[in-house]
Amino acid sequence: MIFALAEEATPGTVAGFATEYMWAVPLLPFLAAVIIGFFGRKMGGKEHYVGIFAVGAGLVMSLIAFAQLAGGNAAVEASYTWFRLDDSLELEFGMNYDFLTGVMFVVVTTISLLVHIYSTGYMHGDKRYTWFYAALSLFTGSMLFLVIANNLMQMFVGWELVGVCSYFLIGHYWEESPNSSAAIKAFITTRIGDVGFLFGIFVLFVATGTFDIIEINHLAEEGELGGSIATIGALLLFCGAVGKSAQVPLHVWLPDAMAGPTPVSALIHAATMVVAGVYLVARMFILFEHAGAALNVVAIVASITMLIAAALALVQDDIKRVLAYSTVSQLAYMMAALGVGAYTAGVFHLFTHAFFKALLFLGAGSLIHAVHSNNMSDMGGLRKYMPHTFKTFIIGSLALAGIFPLAGFFSKDEIVGEAFRAASEETQITAIIVFASAIITAFLTALYMTRACIKTFFGEYRGHGTPHESPPSMVVPLWILAGASLSVGLLGLPVVGPFADWINVPGETRHGFDTLYNIVLPLASVGIAVAAIWLGWVLFYKERRQVDILSTRFAWVYRLLENKYYLDDIYMGGIVRPVQYPLAAFAYWTNQHILDGIVNGTAHATVGAGQGVYGVIDQQVVDAGVNGAAGLTGFSGGLLRYIQTGNVQRYAAFLFIAIAAFVALFGLT
Amino acid sequence: MEWLDTWGLSLAVFLPMVGVVVLLFVPGSMDGVAKAVGLLFTGAALLVGVAVGLRFDYGSAGAIKLEVNERWIPQIDARYHVGIDGIALPLFELSLLVSFLCIVYLLWHVPSPGKTKALIALTLLLETGMTGTFIALDLILFFIFWEVVLVPMYFMIGIWGGPRREYAAVKFFLYTLFGSIFMLLGFLALYFQGNTFDMIALREQGNLGSTLVQNLTFAGLFLGFAIKVPMWPFHTWLPDAHTEAPTIGSVLLAAVMLKMGTYGFIRIAYPILPDAAVYFAPVIGILAVIAIIYGALCCFAQSDLKRLIAFSSVGHMGFVMLGIATVSDRGINGAIFGMVAHGLITGMLFFLAGSIHERFHTREISSLGGVLQQMPRFGSVLVYAGIASLGLPGLAGFWGEMLALLGSYQPGAGLDEGLFRILMVGGGIGTVLTAGYLLWTIQRVAMGAVPEKFADGRGLFDVHPLEWTAWAPLLALILAAGIYPRMVLGVTDGAVQNLLKSFGG
Repeated sequence: MIFALAEEATPGTVAGFATEYMWAVPLLPFLAAVIIGFFGRKMGGKEHYVGIFAVGAGLVMSLIAFAQLAGGNAAVEASYTWFRLDDSLELEFGMNYDFLTGVMFVVVTTISLLVHIYSTGYMHGDKRYTWFYAALSLFTGSMLFLVIANNLMQMFVGWELVGVCSYFLIGHYWEESPNSSAAIKAFITTRIGDVGFLFGIFVLFVATGTFDIIEINHLAEEGELGGSIATIGALLLFCGAVGKSAQVPLHVWLPDAMAGPTPVSALIHAATMVVAGVYLVARMFILFEHAGAALNVVAIVASITMLIAAALALVQDDIKRVLAYSTVSQLAYMMAALGVGAYTAGVFHLFTHAFFKALLFLGAGSLIHAVHSNNMSDMGGLRKYMPHTFKTFIIGSLALAGIFPLAGFFSKDEIVGEAFRAASEETQITAIIVFASAIITAFLTALYMTRACIKTFFGEYRGHGTPHESPPSMVVPLWILAGASLSVGLLGLPVVGPFADWINVPGETRHGFDTLYNIVLPLASVGIAVAAIWLGWVLFYKERRQVDILSTRFAWVYRLLENKYYLDDIYMGGIVRPVQYPLAAFAYWTNQHILDGIVNGTAHATVGAGQGVYGVIDQQVVDAGVNGAAGLTGFSGGLLRYIQTGNVQRYAAFLFIAIAAFVALFGLT
Repeated sequence: MEWLDTWGLSLAVFLPMVGVVVLLFVPGSMDGVAKAVGLLFTGAALLVGVAVGLRFDYGSAGAIKLEVNERWIPQIDARYHVGIDGIALPLFELSLLVSFLCIVYLLWHVPSPGKTKALIALTLLLETGMTGTFIALDLILFFIFWEVVLVPMYFMIGIWGGPRREYAAVKFFLYTLFGSIFMLLGFLALYFQGNTFDMIALREQGNLGSTLVQNLTFAGLFLGFAIKVPMWPFHTWLPDAHTEAPTIGSVLLAAVMLKMGTYGFIRIAYPILPDAAVYFAPVIGILAVIAIIYGALCCFAQSDLKRLIAFSSVGHMGFVMLGIATVSDRGINGAIFGMVAHGLITGMLFFLAGSIHERFHTREISSLGGVLQQMPRFGSVLVYAGIASLGLPGLAGFWGEMLALLGSYQPGAGLDEGLFRILMVGGGIGTVLTAGYLLWTIQRVAMGAVPEKFADGRGLFDVHPLEWTAWAPLLALILAAGIYPRMVLGVTDGAVQNLLKSFGG
């Protein structure tokens, strides 16, 4: 289908001059990472310019190339052989630049550039400033490498590389062990999903003989790849997506990942790396469509995730954790859209979410920078001290809550509408579940963001010292993102917005104006958000109840949420600790006492037997009492002496006998 | 330079031996001269090896090349038959490189009790044995090179080793010797069936005795090779040998000697006894996956850094053996890649463990910490090697594991697909466990606070220039093999195709 797209959108099939060179966009940050890594320390605090230049150039190229695609130039696929094994395996190293890639490139380079700039303020004076920028560039390159991959194995390579960058950056403040533990947790949890991803690649590769994404999708569309193999393959790929995009039950790593510096959270854990899972499903969408119940599984997992995470966001005190759970919930929104077949809506939400969630994280970073605490209980009343952060944060919050006409409104509304359409017109059970979850989540989202805004910006300041607005290097990116949050939604205007044309998927018909979908549902969803904001205002500001209602009237719910549904405890207590200690100790015990016991026991027995045999052959040597004594004192102490005093002769004797026996045996037959 | 095409291989193998002879005339007190001799001869061997590698015809990497086949011991039909193909070449070059780097490392530090000359002589002898094993095409020749390796390593552990060196040395020697006996019996059985010790001729003959005889012969070879690898449950000599061995002993052991076992499977057992190989493959596969998981679990229980790395070798060699067990193009290529990767990465890790011991005078993980703070470069190299070891794509560790697992998803003809898919899942679980203990180790050693005991930083200097010299080639190759896997696979694939012809492939 993407195949078809390339041909359809481009009658002349002429590639744009920029689109052909898009492989350079990942390469630039890789080079920047190498330069900063090796020479950064000699640049005297100016090393960030290397990264800014590399990513900035990438952004310019991404925008030009995207404009060329939109203007009718062809999508580009190019590759060369990475390695091959005779005719049994050929792995390519290639690029596949189409609209989906284009959207991701614009998102990744934009957010990365802003984060690079913002960090010059936020990370100023950090001990490992140089390393931070090297890792940031390395991440950006890896992410683009993942996105541009023309085959699943290359994508997997990028997938793991962003994972390890994430590990490094989460653990940036590794002097404190909770931070390095959070980094390990993130890596291991996602790796569990990645094993599934890798096996999914195997399944598809063995079924189709190729790693090529376009070809696999094409074969699925043609029906040559189908049945249970397609379903198993798709579901295994989805395992990887569940890990990376923090879906239930592997979502537990993302809140802990907030241990990393806040700009990292904005870039990696909100806007780019965590959407890789959504991107994977979108990339392989045709396969998923033709893979039996796979999309239903995606939809159900996403529905559960969005609710569970949104509820958790409601009880957090750490502002970054509020946003982290919000991210989990919004990623589920995107997944759910794909799950009900709303490809364009899902991708569009990925696009808009990147801007307003990055804005919120960078805003949170600005707050944390000012009050030196992540906790909202140390904030309050900050609108007076930090007007720019306040205004931009409110814009981001409204966008996330889905208030007209901000970015989140259009994308969220499209998902709700598509779920409703699938539910009402095709009466898919899963679509009904998605629709219901989406509505409830929309309500919860507006509620927790209201709570967060009130606790940070309203009331009295509860922290220490006098907070100040952040420097321009941090505020300017906030305003740029705020501008984007206000405007990018217009690209996806129903009926007329160009986004759907760009992303245009054959088979997904563009709907004309419809009162139900374009007036009633949007009004209803905005109404729900407004109601939630009003409720939040009453609960958290006017009546100052904080979450007391929950914690007193529904104490068990509150406890359940506070303990994150006990999932972390179950994983830690049920898997990690048992493996780490008792199981490992048991394995090692068997190693030392059983396996090695047999070895040492055999040695003892051999010594004993040897003494007997040798005694028969030659009495004299037995008289050397050393042997007997050492044999009894055991293997560890005496054997070296043994070697020197006769054991080697004994070995030789054995060898001779054995060889003679063998010669006799085989020589005669 | 035509002569390189014939006697080049032998020259590279025996140059270190010439070095040993030269060392005989060097007084024991002249450490500097001994080091220079060591450097000269390992360096010369490496240069010859590279030159031979450059003359190797990569277009037909499948065939045995650069052959010499001369009369040697006519009484028992043993010939001096050497040659190299795409399977052996990477291992041959790896041995030459690592031996040279070990001598470079000795320039920086000679372990107690000194005796530099003796240590260098043993290293040279070891090099001849190791490189010879990879080019021998005659079973007796192979056996001699194989056994030559034992003696220097025995003395290396026994003299320059840690507190339990005597136990470890004897255990290493006897255990591998025990295996060698069975291997030798296997060789003799082959001789009596095929009337030749020539590997190539034996392979071409095929049909070496009844199924029972073939299986018994394979079992003998299996025991010899499996102990060397070492495969679970024959691995218990390895942690002791590694823990007690001096740094360069551990490096050579991990980087090269373990590969002699896996190489034996691919070079001798598989092509000559293909039916028996298929018969035993499920057992090998099961033992391999047990090794992967068991090795990883044991790593969690270790308190000594070096012992931990030793157990990690058990797991990593498990992936190699899993690849071999699949009897498939992908699996065996993956296995050879895995051997090279493990040689580079684990060799590097043992260098690091040794250098940690030199600085902190302990390898107890619980008493280390914050290495990245006090020695940022050293710490970074440690993190890099650790991350490589857990199989991160882009570094060398990934491709071997990936191909071995892919091989088990679709094993070679005649093997039970269901069983091997279960093994694949086991291997997958192993990769998660591997990541777990390695990251945990990195956290405890490299990250966190500096322990009070070392807070003054006395004696803690960052990577020494000679250490850089010894390590840089390994670090670079780890990256190069990760980015450009064709570097290895392009050489091995032809030879693996050739091997698979024995299996009707």
